[in-house]
Amino acid sequence: MTKRLLPLILTVSVLALTGCFGNDEQWHGKDISGLMPELEFELVGAGGQTVTPEDSAGDIRLLYFGFTSCPDVCPTTLTDLRKAVNQLPADYRDDITTLFVSVDPQRDTPERLGSYASFFGDHVVGLTAAEPELRELTKRYRTTFGYDEPDADGNYNVSHSSAVYVFDRSGNARLLLRPGLTTQQVSEDLAQLLSEA
Amino acid sequence: MPDIGFLAPYDFSPLTILSFALVLAGYGFALLRMAPDQRPGSVRIVAFVVGVLLCYGVMQTRFDYYSQYMFFVHRGQHLILHHLGPFLIALSNPLPIFRFWHEKMSPTLRSWLRPVGWVYRILQQPVIAAVLFVGLIYFWLWPPIHFDAMLSRQLYWTMNWSMLLDGLLFWWLMFDPRSPVLTSALGYGKRILILAAVAIPQMILGAWIVFSRGMVYDVYEVCGRAWPMAPETDQLLGGLLTWIPPAMMSVIGILLILRRAMHEDGRIVKPSRLAGENL
Repeated sequence: MTKRLLPLILTVSVLALTGCFGNDEQWHGKDISGLMPELEFELVGAGGQTVTPEDSAGDIRLLYFGFTSCPDVCPTTLTDLRKAVNQLPADYRDDITTLFVSVDPQRDTPERLGSYASFFGDHVVGLTAAEPELRELTKRYRTTFGYDEPDADGNYNVSHSSAVYVFDRSGNARLLLRPGLTTQQVSEDLAQLLSEA
Repeated sequence: MPDIGFLAPYDFSPLTILSFALVLAGYGFALLRMAPDQRPGSVRIVAFVVGVLLCYGVMQTRFDYYSQYMFFVHRGQHLILHHLGPFLIALSNPLPIFRFWHEKMSPTLRSWLRPVGWVYRILQQPVIAAVLFVGLIYFWLWPPIHFDAMLSRQLYWTMNWSMLLDGLLFWWLMFDPRSPVLTSALGYGKRILILAAVAIPQMILGAWIVFSRGMVYDVYEVCGRAWPMAPETDQLLGGLLTWIPPAMMSVIGILLILRRAMHEDGRIVKPSRLAGENL
């Protein structure tokens, strides 16, 4: 009897396990609800002031790690995000804040970050912190960064996450926008998130 | 100066540290208190401690950081948690230690632990053990699951602990020192069959990763790598670590069991009057 029951128990448990990963809503980005902790940080803004999620409370927050000397990935991502936001109905655009966190505090001074961020839109906030704090924050979102050896001119490359973390109005982690999504797809995801009560 | 920081846990897990400390303390205490003729020899003690420390090392040192951000290091971590560590622990034959603690247990505790025994016996059914061993590898390496596991701290710990516990169960079933002639331990033929059977799907999976043209596990791409390395190289090395060393572990396991079977061949005769009691 036990022998006959075993395959059944096994099948049911496998089904139950895989069931945990199913999702009802359709997103273009990767649904990370429940996988990651809510938005929490204490960083330095462009004016040297302390910035926390409270400063953008109630908005949809797009968290992105990069650095201003980034040759291609960061500017492309930030441009695409701006395009995606601009495709939204006008009322919605102000409800989205992009948090650009520089993981290269050595070169990215608050001033430099400020002018860089404002280039990509009014609702883009440039942030950074000392390396240990950045390590803590990236660890919280299960990502990392690393530095290459500097060349003769002192320039170095920085490895960082290529994804954008999307937090809803309450600060819950909701989506991970992987590279490869079109601006239209990102825009649709953001609209769906904005329309939530 | 050596970097002691490497030994500090990247993701501090009190439960993990406590479990390893309890295992080592329990082992040490039993060693000191047990009858000298029962005590395992030094090679066995070293094998046990090395196995435990290897598993601890990949879970609670800087190694864990690299495992989270490099695919091939992650494969190395699972090679230790699911294969090498439990392989050494099982081979060290900690049976006298189990006996020592079993005798120390109060009857109440024993009856409380009875359900654990039932689960253990179910999981140690040969087919279930083999399916579970390979199934867990496939489950956690199934790309969408793998992506989630690397993003969620909770899933990540579940993954690593499930690999370690299943590794212990599996290799204990393979290296159970009790003779199948005298006890209900699994027969040597079946053990060899299982070891050969589990090697094949692991080789297929490893080869599939190695020969995949595209990126199978883009989570490392998305979350940043510990150091700049071409994604293809990372995936190739990870695939090789999934393919070759586990297959070798199976072969080594088979050789060890064959040696034991040949050694025991004809020497142990089942005493007929005890047969009923031991089955």
